[in-house]
Amino acid sequence: MDFFTLLQILDSSVRLATPLIFAALAGLFSERAGIFDIGLEGKMLASAFLAAALAYTSGSVWIGLIAGTIASLLFSGIHGVASITFRGNQLISGVAINFLASGLTVLVAQHWFSQGGRTPSLSGAARFNPIELPWAESFKDLPFFGPVYYELISGHTILVYVALILVPLSWWVLFRTTFGLRLRAVGENPAAVDTAGISVARTRYLAIIICGLLCGFSGAYLATGLSAGFIKDMSAGRGYIALAALIFAKWRPWYILLACLLFGFLEAISNRYQNIDIFHITVPVQLMQALPYILTVVILAGFIGKAIPPKAGGEPYIKER
Amino acid sequence: MVAIQNPVIELESISKSFGPVKANKNISLKIEPGTIHGIVGENGAGKSTLMSILYGFYKADSGTIKIQGKRVSIVDSQTAIEHGIGMVFQHFKLVETFTVLENIILGAEGGNLIGQSITNARQTLSKLAEDYELNVDPDSLIEGISVGMQQRVEILKALYRKAEILILDEPTGVLTPAEAEHLFRILRNLKAEGKTIVLITHKLKEIMNVTDTVSVMRQGEMTSTIATNDTSPEKLAELMVGRKVLLRVQKKPPKVGRTVLACEKLSYVDKKGIYRLKDISFEIKAGEILGIAGVAGNGQSELLEVLAGIKHADGKLTLNSAEIDLHSTQSTPLTRRHLGISHVPEDRQRLGLIMEFYAWENIALGYHDSDTYNINGIFMNNRAIKSQAEHRINNFDIRPRNPNLMAKSFSGGNQQKIVLAREIEQNPDLLIVGQPTRGVDIGAIEFIHSRLINMRDSGKAVLLISVELDEILSLSDRILVMFDGKIMGEKEASKTNEKELGLLMAGVN
Amino acid sequence: MDILPKWAEVILIPVVSLILSFVISAIVIIAIGEDPIAALALMIDGALGSTYGWGYTLYYATNFIFTGLAVSVAFHAKMFNIGGEGQATLGGLGVALMCLHFNWPHWSLALLGASLGGLVFGAFWALVPAYLQAKRGSHIVITTIMFNFIAASLLNYLLVNIFRPDGSMDPATKKFPEATHLPTLHDVLGSFGIPFSKAAPANICFFVAICSCFLVWVLIWRTRLGYEIRAFGHSESAAKYGGISTHKIILLSMVLSGGLAGMMAINNVMGEAERLVMNSVEGAGFIGIAVALMGRSHPIGVFLAAVLFGFLYQGGAELALWTSIPRELIIVIQALVILFTGALDNLVRMPLEKLFLNFKLRNL
Repeated sequence: MDFFTLLQILDSSVRLATPLIFAALAGLFSERAGIFDIGLEGKMLASAFLAAALAYTSGSVWIGLIAGTIASLLFSGIHGVASITFRGNQLISGVAINFLASGLTVLVAQHWFSQGGRTPSLSGAARFNPIELPWAESFKDLPFFGPVYYELISGHTILVYVALILVPLSWWVLFRTTFGLRLRAVGENPAAVDTAGISVARTRYLAIIICGLLCGFSGAYLATGLSAGFIKDMSAGRGYIALAALIFAKWRPWYILLACLLFGFLEAISNRYQNIDIFHITVPVQLMQALPYILTVVILAGFIGKAIPPKAGGEPYIKER
Repeated sequence: MVAIQNPVIELESISKSFGPVKANKNISLKIEPGTIHGIVGENGAGKSTLMSILYGFYKADSGTIKIQGKRVSIVDSQTAIEHGIGMVFQHFKLVETFTVLENIILGAEGGNLIGQSITNARQTLSKLAEDYELNVDPDSLIEGISVGMQQRVEILKALYRKAEILILDEPTGVLTPAEAEHLFRILRNLKAEGKTIVLITHKLKEIMNVTDTVSVMRQGEMTSTIATNDTSPEKLAELMVGRKVLLRVQKKPPKVGRTVLACEKLSYVDKKGIYRLKDISFEIKAGEILGIAGVAGNGQSELLEVLAGIKHADGKLTLNSAEIDLHSTQSTPLTRRHLGISHVPEDRQRLGLIMEFYAWENIALGYHDSDTYNINGIFMNNRAIKSQAEHRINNFDIRPRNPNLMAKSFSGGNQQKIVLAREIEQNPDLLIVGQPTRGVDIGAIEFIHSRLINMRDSGKAVLLISVELDEILSLSDRILVMFDGKIMGEKEASKTNEKELGLLMAGVN
Repeated sequence: MDILPKWAEVILIPVVSLILSFVISAIVIIAIGEDPIAALALMIDGALGSTYGWGYTLYYATNFIFTGLAVSVAFHAKMFNIGGEGQATLGGLGVALMCLHFNWPHWSLALLGASLGGLVFGAFWALVPAYLQAKRGSHIVITTIMFNFIAASLLNYLLVNIFRPDGSMDPATKKFPEATHLPTLHDVLGSFGIPFSKAAPANICFFVAICSCFLVWVLIWRTRLGYEIRAFGHSESAAKYGGISTHKIILLSMVLSGGLAGMMAINNVMGEAERLVMNSVEGAGFIGIAVALMGRSHPIGVFLAAVLFGFLYQGGAELALWTSIPRELIIVIQALVILFTGALDNLVRMPLEKLFLNFKLRNL
């Protein structure tokens, strides 16, 4: 594998990692606030559909982005009502949301566009197009740094850069602001937050809104950045991979970036090669595809460090009697 | 009654129901500023509910609250805090993975970023520590400090929010007598500063010791409010239960027989690596009740669970002169029961009963592998279990007399009787009992005590663990005192008193 | 205190939840410009109007009974087995190996062998997450989700690289031998003189599923293991006090659950496809969640809910055939059923409790 191929694979790793970063950060805010979210997948899918549909009909990807985010927020709202207001089972609610999105997107797409549950393909201003960073052309011929800057760093869509900026921003919000302190507290011991005079429900709803927002970005990027339109079940398990990345990262922002880049890299490799030979052993592509899940199981089993979820995670808050 | 001119707290006709249960019925109360006011009552009398309403944790169904003469509407804890009310709950409301400082500023950050408020809190904290003997390391994680320290953090939280009224719910349950004394000193300091303190407790001695006035609650009603100087523990007890109470149990001298259980150097280390039991050795003989006294959290619970086979410990255990396996996978609560050890656990709702099971199903819990309850070792003999359950319900006067009700539908006392019936009727050689009368009404307490005495008189060995010194003193023949996982000393029940035991409980030899 | 009487708990709440799901589905149908009443009529006619329709309805129901029972058994131990999909996939592998590698003299013996194969492979796929939960504290929900994806990759690999007959482009095993072909309901009912569609895939496994319902009922409510599983499910601490081994219950309940999910393969792989293909489970593992929630984890409830979902599946297919409503409508209904019976239980329960409480107080 030459240097240029490696750059190309890394470049595509970054692009493939982007929806994962958005979704994993979404999960981070939700789960740090004590709301388990296995519905990342569904929210991504809902956003991907509405983003593509509105980007197509309006011709503007920005309107698509807003629409996708609204779709994701609506599904977040269902999750919030079920798990906060009605104190339901968060895992079951997540499962329901994934199916609801999977079914509704096709149903509406078929009614709207009659193309077998997909949207027409997007082009021009209806898509997020690559941005050339300053001096990319002129640096291009510099040794090493030039191609790295030109191929890997420059030339992504705006959302890729947004995702990368969101990582430190999320860390700052969670660990340096009052809101972050309360959010983490509500995920560890909601009764402490309640008796300190802060509304548990309000804090959790805010967390869920952020989660919906970020999932919206994730889905919109999927349909209007990574691909050019919506197709049935296009999230293809990415929501679960993001969940895996979140656990793999032990619910910490910087680790999330690393985990998502790793999983993006694995996907990039399996997209490019059918089988990979490492030291004369042929690694089947299916193993590469399964690797994020296998790694997550290994991490969860505590064979490499221990992943301890927020203490109040998954439990609805009920005032004790 | 006490006449109060300018009450700082004034509650009028407060009522509160949880579903069909009326926790507070039409309660009125006035408290004078700068005093320590006690609220006593049995478990479930409605004390905590009333104070949680004052703190905005629950909302009253009806009634009014006045703070410093002004009528206020306390809709949540935030408004309570704004009106200068602070509360230390029985179960602390702290975030274990946060530091002391982070816990203190939570909800009172005073800005969008936490950096500045941490700095401010650090200064305030060191001043409060000086003023009120409230020392605590501001940068420790809550999970790393003792229960006593955690309680101080809770008090500091309230003071940091400039509380003028401080409510404490059963604050001494987890403290040694010395720690409790320290707490009372803090409370007196606060009172001297003009703060008002409301102390909820069921311990009459504490009331007599530190309060100025006291209110008594019974079954959701406030029965009276009196000056502490004008009353006595006996009088308060009578007010609490509504009739005269016999604090001593009638019993014959023991007929002590052979040794039933011998423990040698039992040691137990918990998951965090802390020694909970250190070299515990003692014997229990047939025909006696051995009481184990101590402040909650000094290893009694662990001892009970080790003897019952729930926890695995090091050391040697001999039952009826045969050594018991303490380690292997064969060492389970089931095998202990086969050997003749029955166990009434401290917490009936969490351990002793499956609340969603019918009463009759609960009669088999722990004995569900016995031949009587099984067919071919595979199937449950539900008919046999039901008929035994009916029998036991009659014998122990469990009400309602319906084995087809779920355990959660019975009152606390009747739930406890279900557990006792199950364990006693198995006719064990050794009965180990934890907190047999916690949260149980007076009538059931007398019944339970007499059953334990019966066990002893019929030549069985009984190990009794209780945090209620009265109970230990009146039931036991011999008393061991535990402190910090060790046995501090042994006393004859007839030749000791609360003062002597209290010193041992505090670790003073 | 129990506020709701038992019948309200068991029947009223699920039925109200179901009605809510249907009402919202009807609104969705109206929104996409179709007539919900006509759609329902078409579904009823297509799924129940002929023995052909019934044949498909019962075929789907058979799948859902197995996966619904699987989720239920785990629910009784308070485990959420979301891995039915992967366990049924592995079950398919077990069934295929049994059918392909032995010369079975008769279908009945082949069915026994295949059942065992499906059971063991499905159980194994649940055993690993169960072991990790019991010994290492890994959250069963997350690990079983991960195992679904790992199962899909594994089967993909095996079908493409190992089982695919030479020269075939289709990632699937070769056809199972004739002796392993199961009697269809046409054959079974025909021998009693009852005419039944020959084209429909419902087969003898429907009766195996009914037997499984009964056996699960016996297991949960009549055996010592069932007592222990329920005790553990209601209160882990009390179960421990009662000497019930936490590890044993987690492992056994999940193994049974995985085994039941794996058993599904005798119906779809052996009974219908007669070979192992990619994605043969088609979401039945997830429908098991809806079925178990709807059926309140009781075998009778599971049976009824499975037949209901069988009806929805067959009816949905008919709808897709004759109207512009895509099959995905069923996924929407399924999602709503999971939402209302599982996550939004309190939305239905709280008003009902209030109603019953008022009624009780008035009677006092």
